Amino acid sequence: MKVLVAVKRVVDYNVKVRAKADGTGADLNNVKMAINPFCEIAIEEAVRLKEAGVATEVIAVSIGDKSCQEQIRTALALGADRGIQVETDGSPEPLVVAKLLKGVIAKEEPQLVILGKQSIDGDNNQTGQMLGALTNMPQGTFASEIKVEGDKLNVTREIDGGLQTIALNLPAIVTTDLRLNEPRYASLPNIMKAKKKQLDVYTPADLGVEPSAHLTTVKVEPPAERQAGIIVESVEQLVDKLKNEAKVIS
Amino acid sequence: MSTLVIAEHDNNSIKPATLNTVAAAQAMGADVDILIAGADCAAAGTAAAAVAGVRKVLVADNAAYAHQLAENLALLIAELGADYDNILAPSTANGKNYLPRVAALLDVGQISDIISVESADTFKRPIYAGNIIATVQSSDAKKVITVRTTAFDGVADSGGSATIEAVDAAHDAGISSFISEEVAVSERPELTAADVIISGGRGMQNGENFAMLEAIADKLGAAVGASRAAVDAGFVPNDMQVGQTGKIVAPDLYIAVGISGAIQHLAGMKDSKVIVAINKDPDAPIFQVADYGLVADLFTAVPELDAAL
Ligand SMILES: Cc1cc2nc3c(=O)[nH]c(=O)nc-3n(C[C@H](O)[C@H](O)[C@H](O)COP(=O)(O)OP(=O)(O)OC[C@H]3O[C@@H](n4cnc5c(N)ncnc54)[C@H](O)[C@@H]3O)c2cc1C
Ligand SMILES: Nc1ncnc2c1ncn2[C@@H]1O[C@H](COP(=O)(O)O)[C@@H](O)[C@H]1O
Repeated sequence: MKVLVAVKRVVDYNVKVRAKADGTGADLNNVKMAINPFCEIAIEEAVRLKEAGVATEVIAVSIGDKSCQEQIRTALALGADRGIQVETDGSPEPLVVAKLLKGVIAKEEPQLVILGKQSIDGDNNQTGQMLGALTNMPQGTFASEIKVEGDKLNVTREIDGGLQTIALNLPAIVTTDLRLNEPRYASLPNIMKAKKKQLDVYTPADLGVEPSAHLTTVKVEPPAERQAGIIVESVEQLVDKLKNEAKVIS
Repeated sequence: MSTLVIAEHDNNSIKPATLNTVAAAQAMGADVDILIAGADCAAAGTAAAAVAGVRKVLVADNAAYAHQLAENLALLIAELGADYDNILAPSTANGKNYLPRVAALLDVGQISDIISVESADTFKRPIYAGNIIATVQSSDAKKVITVRTTAFDGVADSGGSATIEAVDAAHDAGISSFISEEVAVSERPELTAADVIISGGRGMQNGENFAMLEAIADKLGAAVGASRAAVDAGFVPNDMQVGQTGKIVAPDLYIAVGISGAIQHLAGMKDSKVIVAINKDPDAPIFQVADYGLVADLFTAVPELDAAL
């Protein structure tokens, strides 16, 4: 079966991003960019399905300006077979991303679409679910295990109280949680090979989508700073402070 | 103007997250109705009708909604939502699962995880793991929103007298089905509703050592949480993870034990009122957000703390 994986270019997870002083946006000058960690897990899962003989082809898709081709190449180095970039100015809102992915799905007809559960820049956690609605496919969100069983996909999901397992008709959508797998590193030979793999570029118009805007960012600001605390010398002093100063225990 | 709040419930009672979401709905200044979608959920409907300041409770009682499958719920909520200006759900695993599906069915954007209502169309929400607070304005006629429950004090669960209305709509998309669930039962409070939380990280070394934290939790009426490293290492189950991609908590007291304080962990707990950190590394970033830091080996400090309480 064909597997489509959506990968997003985001700020590296180790970077502590700050608001620009003028409040217009995040200060992304000279910061390290990377593949969204949840998308890395998505690629890994798809590649493992291929190695297990379940998937026949893995296609990595990214939506954004030309720079996101770098993340597509990373996905190709990790084992995806070919890539697709949908050219837009930066990453659009989740609903638009979902519409564009629907357009790609119409062309490629994958049996399984794997996305990250959340992008670590916008922290939206929406795209996979929206794509499910637009394509009328079932969704296995926050997946910690997936298994193809005949014409169904069993997905174990991380929910608030523990774990839930559901069965989805194929084609289906999966969004990854952290414990689905541990992604591999790309080897140097694979990075070299990835440069030669096919990468197609589409415009939204090619996919019949007119990007829309639903949200505008009015301003950004840093969160409230916490007051500097103190270092206590002993457990005894800690308990005293909690009882008599903070009054949070009795 | 009217707002539909989708309740978090277990068919018998409503979860505290519902009360926080109603508070956010009331801040938007419209009439508030609650939807209970479940199976054999009449009791939850009665509980919702008692919530302060609610106009009407819609009860959709059908086997199709028994396990909160997003495919079925989204069809129901999108249909009922046609009559409302705003649709709100708590930012729980459940709310995050079905609500974006509703938004896409209605062809509107979703505003995730709001922490304040600035006006009927403008909201604040954290981005970049809470390192930035964005003020966003929606141009959609209908607002579809998930609410960060820790940012809104819950309304009272009594004193209201909403009318209860049965909803017949039975939507079974027929594309997904429930197999099984493994849900931890605990006598301790739920993480997201606890006044006190004690969390352990990789420094705990194994799952057995969490018994030390549980002993303290029992004395303080606390919930026990964990860092991702502790969950990944298999010390404790996934539903204990606090952080950007786990649970967001804001108790009166948060005690971090053997946790370094990575950006992603801080994102989930830095709005706690009082933070205590116990860590043997004086340079651990957790000390930068701690009100009280104790530089010590946890294997001596935690038993001492237990004895002192
Ligand atoms: C996409 C993504 C999402 C993530 N989401 C989350 C999330 O939601 N929540 C989360 O927690 N993390 C999350 N992480 C992981 C995060 O980056 C850190 O790796 C993790 O929080 C580290 O956990 P830790 O502090 O327990 O472990 P470590 O960083 O290894 O820290 C262990 C600490 O224990 C101390 N210690 C060790 N032994 C002792 C002792 N005997 N006595 C006292 N102190 C001791 C050490 O000094 C150290 O500071 C995420 C990462 C990514 C990439
Ligand atoms: N611009 C994009 N290009 C490719 N995939 C994306 C893009 N934006 C979001 N996604 C996918 O949707 C997931 C969830 O993102 P979000 O809904 O923005 O939190 C990501 O992990 C990606 O798999």
